[in-house]
Amino acid sequence: MATAVQTVERENYLNSNYGIKSWLLTTDHKRIAMLYLVSITAMFWIGGFFAMMIRLELLTPQGDLVSSDTYNKLFSMHGIIMVFFFLIPSVPAVIGNFVIPLMVGAKDLAFPRVNLLSWYIYMLGAITALTAMVTGGVDTGWTFYTPFSTTYSNTHVIGAAIGIFITGFSSILTGLNFIVTIHRMRAPGLTWRRLPLFCWSNYAAALIMVLGTPVIAITLLLVALERAFNIGVFNPQLGGDPLLFQHLFWFYSHPAVYIMILPGMGVISEIVTCFSRKRVFGYEFVALASIAIAVLGFVVWAHHMFVAGISVYSALVFSLLSYFVAIPSAVKVFNWTATMYKGSIRYETPMLYAFGFIGLFTIGGLTGIFLASLGLDVHVHDTYFVVAHFHYVMVGGMVMAYMAGLHFWWPKISGRMYPEAWAKLSALLVFVGFNTTFFPQFIMGYMGAPRRYHAYPPEFQVLNVLSTAGASILAVGYVLPMIYFLWSLRYGELAPPNPWNAVGLEWMTPSPPPTHNFDETPVVTWEAYDYESQPQEEVTVGH
Amino acid sequence: MATSDLQIAEHNLQHHFADMEQQQETSTFGMWMFLLTEIMFFGGLFTAYLVYRSSYYTAFVEGSQKMNIWLGATNTAVLICSSLTMALGVRAAQTGKPKLMVVLLLITILFGLGFLGIKAVEYHEHWTNHEFPGPNFHFETGDPAHPPTDPQHTEIYFSLYWAMTGLHALHMVIGVGLVSWIIIMGLRRAYSPSYYSPVEIVGLYWHFVDLVWIYLFPLLYLISKKHG
Repeated sequence: MATAVQTVERENYLNSNYGIKSWLLTTDHKRIAMLYLVSITAMFWIGGFFAMMIRLELLTPQGDLVSSDTYNKLFSMHGIIMVFFFLIPSVPAVIGNFVIPLMVGAKDLAFPRVNLLSWYIYMLGAITALTAMVTGGVDTGWTFYTPFSTTYSNTHVIGAAIGIFITGFSSILTGLNFIVTIHRMRAPGLTWRRLPLFCWSNYAAALIMVLGTPVIAITLLLVALERAFNIGVFNPQLGGDPLLFQHLFWFYSHPAVYIMILPGMGVISEIVTCFSRKRVFGYEFVALASIAIAVLGFVVWAHHMFVAGISVYSALVFSLLSYFVAIPSAVKVFNWTATMYKGSIRYETPMLYAFGFIGLFTIGGLTGIFLASLGLDVHVHDTYFVVAHFHYVMVGGMVMAYMAGLHFWWPKISGRMYPEAWAKLSALLVFVGFNTTFFPQFIMGYMGAPRRYHAYPPEFQVLNVLSTAGASILAVGYVLPMIYFLWSLRYGELAPPNPWNAVGLEWMTPSPPPTHNFDETPVVTWEAYDYESQPQEEVTVGH
Repeated sequence: MATSDLQIAEHNLQHHFADMEQQQETSTFGMWMFLLTEIMFFGGLFTAYLVYRSSYYTAFVEGSQKMNIWLGATNTAVLICSSLTMALGVRAAQTGKPKLMVVLLLITILFGLGFLGIKAVEYHEHWTNHEFPGPNFHFETGDPAHPPTDPQHTEIYFSLYWAMTGLHALHMVIGVGLVSWIIIMGLRRAYSPSYYSPVEIVGLYWHFVDLVWIYLFPLLYLISKKHG
């Protein structure tokens, strides 16, 4: 039962206005974050449904549950939905949207109406893509490689491509809003060197959104035009160059994996420092590592094309540059570890997810180095090794970070505490389920099992059954939080303004925050993550 | 004037900004970021152009010779003039001359529509000559002594020509719409020296679209004239 029941409910962003219109026409960043939360959760379950269908098909070596054509559609739509409609908007558009203005002490993002527009654009793109999927699906893989996508595929490639094209603009507008907000809307005293690392990493991701997304937009537009009008930009029969498509596609889509992971790293930085009660070790290095990852991310794309027929010399250069990404990534992992060293660690749910992230991201990152080396990549290219690597970074890394962030900021978002015991259980289920699903795929891939086939040789069955069993556990681990988050909205304990005793401006305003975030503009006079000098003291707003 | 400069400023200050200066800097900065995304957007097409031009140079030269240089050059001049009137219009808004601003922006729109009209004439010419990529594409150099070296590769030239100029024309149409909106707001005396950032950022957009054409014109129309 709630201990401190307030007799008069204070006005906050949730109760300041009621009715569907007050949500659909809102320009409040906190409400828009909630719109995004609902939408991407729906997309997550759709993408998850496709994943479960894939795993069920792979229970047996024969292709017996679905035909190979259907299987091709299932993994394509799983990839398209999860990458473009869940992972890319996940942490930035939900958590970033909610907490970045709070963290910088602003009343809102720089362009509130543009923020709302970005959600509508996202919905339009999502509906377009879903329509293409419902009316027949798409079977090109999420990568849309030409000339298959432009000439030979008989599925709804144009609809899916246009859906992604449209959604790209929502991502561009979110990134633009973040960059401008972080530059121009910081509270007095909040210098760049005092900026929370979550802002730094979202800033880095926003740079990629702004610079990379337009390139995928124009590329997919060309694919659609080529299919519609039979022009020959990428079609080798007409003198076009399929490799050019791959270059343009990966010029965005490689940096895009850093759009997905960087905001997650920001979440982990916030949580590790808070639950270790210590300042982030090497704050400047962690901050600049985000920027370094964003910059390096733009010059490594051709490591996806080592076996596609690019020149050996350019492959050598891209391989070397890809190794460099390991440096800033390792800086982050080592610095998180050093932050925990001799800290007084509390094992609450966000921290459990953060532990999961650090371990699994490290495995995902290290196997990325395997894939960046020229010789080894020839062996494991297009095998389950790639699938396992990608999911270790994206699910083991990013989804873990997203869950960590949701739990960490849920008291701020909803004004209620989630049930800690259930949350710990689900964190455990996610960790066990995830590893059971994807670790066998490393082994399978190394043994040579190719990805994207609906049937496989019987000797891989044990590993596949393990994988499917793990996926079922993982599914339970994801269903539980949805249930108890919804439950907590009504029955959860009322959250104090700062349940974790964390530092940061977002914890100095009530939970949930008032519509204008702060009653008076905060003035920052302290360093970021100053946990040691004021361990228990409540920092007050204003002068 | 019906409303004072200060009243206009107060009326337009959005709740989440501390003052007009912060609001204006923010919106201008946002527009520059947006233009950065536009550069990357066109950048994909320019990359494709560079790759294919270096691979299929002769076929590109032959395609380029079908361009009407005089219409293209006229359009270039038209756009440069429109940028001048746009810049003067922004200046008029900044110095508190709303009538002058409206007149200058009307001239800008006329230039913009003139550009689109001339472009339409060119498109029509290419369309009737079957110089549109797709099943009906047909290409002749016009000189029986020099048949086309590789019509398929010239088709790629035309694919890029239509995609690049088409996307540019779409940006022009949007620009004309934006300037019309500024004119309507200008007639309602919505701007003043302390609040004219909408005029300024639409101006930035307009200059950017002009600048794209400044690159498109030589790349598409002026590939070497010595060949063919």
